Amino acid sequence: MADKGWRDRVFNITNITVLILIALATVFPIYYTIVLSFTDPTEYYSKPLILFPEKWTLDAYRYLLSNGLFVSALGVSTFLATVGTALSLIVTAGLAYALSRKRLRFRRAMMFLILLTFLFQPGLVPAYLIVRNLGLIDSIWSLILPSLTSGWYALLMKGFFDSIPDSLEEAGRIDGCNEIGVFWRIMLPLSLPALVAFGLFFAVGYWNTYFNALMYINDQNRWPLQVLLQNMLVDPSTMGGGAGVESFRANRQMPTETLKMAAVVIATIPIMLVYPFLQKHFAKGAMVGSLKE
Amino acid sequence: MTASNLPQDRAMERPGAAMEPDKPQSKPEGKYSLLWKDVRRDKYLYFLALPGILFFIIFKYIPITNLVIAFQDYSPYFGVLDSPWVGFEHFARFFAHDDFYILLRNTLGISLMNLVFFFPAPIILSLMLNEVRNAIVKRTVQSLIYIPHFLSWVLISGLTFLMFSQSEGLVNKALVSMGKDTFDLLTNPDYFWGLLTAQSIWKEIGWGTIIFLAAIAGIDPQLHEAAVMDGAGRMRRIWHITLPGMRNVIIILFILRLGAIMDTGFEQIYLMMNAAVSNVAEVFDTYVYRIGIKQGEFSYSTAIGLFKSIVGVILVVSANKIAKRFGQDGLY
Repeated sequence: MADKGWRDRVFNITNITVLILIALATVFPIYYTIVLSFTDPTEYYSKPLILFPEKWTLDAYRYLLSNGLFVSALGVSTFLATVGTALSLIVTAGLAYALSRKRLRFRRAMMFLILLTFLFQPGLVPAYLIVRNLGLIDSIWSLILPSLTSGWYALLMKGFFDSIPDSLEEAGRIDGCNEIGVFWRIMLPLSLPALVAFGLFFAVGYWNTYFNALMYINDQNRWPLQVLLQNMLVDPSTMGGGAGVESFRANRQMPTETLKMAAVVIATIPIMLVYPFLQKHFAKGAMVGSLKE
Repeated sequence: MTASNLPQDRAMERPGAAMEPDKPQSKPEGKYSLLWKDVRRDKYLYFLALPGILFFIIFKYIPITNLVIAFQDYSPYFGVLDSPWVGFEHFARFFAHDDFYILLRNTLGISLMNLVFFFPAPIILSLMLNEVRNAIVKRTVQSLIYIPHFLSWVLISGLTFLMFSQSEGLVNKALVSMGKDTFDLLTNPDYFWGLLTAQSIWKEIGWGTIIFLAAIAGIDPQLHEAAVMDGAGRMRRIWHITLPGMRNVIIILFILRLGAIMDTGFEQIYLMMNAAVSNVAEVFDTYVYRIGIKQGEFSYSTAIGLFKSIVGVILVVSANKIAKRFGQDGLY
């Protein structure tokens, strides 16, 4: 027995050590980014390696937030994460609620057609042509409309409405509500926690919009943050190319690395702010196996 | 699918439109007027669903009809209806092209790396997390390793440059300060697939544990108690109880992965690609983007995309069949 206890302890210590190392490997790049973004330029250039700066400065952030292109990208992404999320929630909840009412005609046909979109995806070019034919190229709506909802979210949310008993719907009807009233005054308030969870996931998706913007937005004044960020990371002189923005290259004071990292941090802050809430609602978004009917 | 094969749906009707569910419908006119009545009764429900239905029609089904341009020489001037037909010419051209084999090799190579290294990673990690008795340690580790899932690929490529770039990366700065030579990871074709796999693991390993931990939580604790009574050690219980308890989830996720072999993730590869590695980095998605969207060869790139989609469907359907043959549940 004594031998077994010893082996158990070795197992536990090794296991926890490895887990903590994994957690550190996850956090360290993020920590290093934050530290660099606050590092004073002279210190950055004079020292070979910085893990903790002696002098902290907000210069990089000041510079970014006074840059017209960066501020407009921040605005675009904020618009996507708020207006886009609201629209996505309305569209997804409306569809999911209708599909959850078993008496609805064509319900099964609709669900089948939605499921089919999981299996077969026609690819980039047909999707691009639709957006182009709708005249949405270079419009902010090209970043919202094609990603309004997904079969996945609609069916997950339908599962949630399924669990609300029919008797509540009848009660609302007796009180004189029509279906929209029942939906608006009974179903939505009842499913508020789920709506918050879905909303957070939509918002993160919109905030991270990159690929659609790469395809649909050519005008750099309408770029969302991720596209501007990518251009900064690869070629910092992009920041000088914007409409009337002071040339980036002229500003030798600011090391490009510091600026890049400040931009990365700004793009991460909203995610970190909602992260505690996201974490609370993890299970709903991640339970892939629960789809089977 | 017509309404007549949905008797259980009709049983839910309100009394006004009630009807015997099993009663055969003699007159077709009666059937349609009943259908119309039901649709009118639920008009508000259809109204609620309408934006969503329109979304699926416009952004999911019309693109499917657009696929006909793969068999045309599509020009925006003539549109989808009037462009000249060329049959399978684009497919023939693509399969005869050297690029096809490079794309196929890269796609399969990257997917295989993912299957071998990325797929088991969250399974192992969830087994490790499950063995942690200290709740605070467990929860802290979990909270931290879920974070990267929510970061965009742009941010992750930025972090990768920050750590590994030859001039500014932390790793190379550390090597220099130790008096060693710098190591160029990002433009080395030999390491590119490994780099992608490592990035995927870093981003998704934590998030991936959620579903496995849920499966583990569903295992009857009595099984563990009985095994302890029989003198089974920790490793034996992991191997004979915990892992078999996760088997169904593992198989379903494996089927999904197999079905997605052709999808290598556009954003990640596009962001990490550079001239030095393009020969091992170009996959179907990046190629379609470059040829189709950037160079405007719509028909040719649609044909490539269609080929990819069809292979994808075949893969999912066959993986599901194989799983069923081995007595598993499968996806559908």
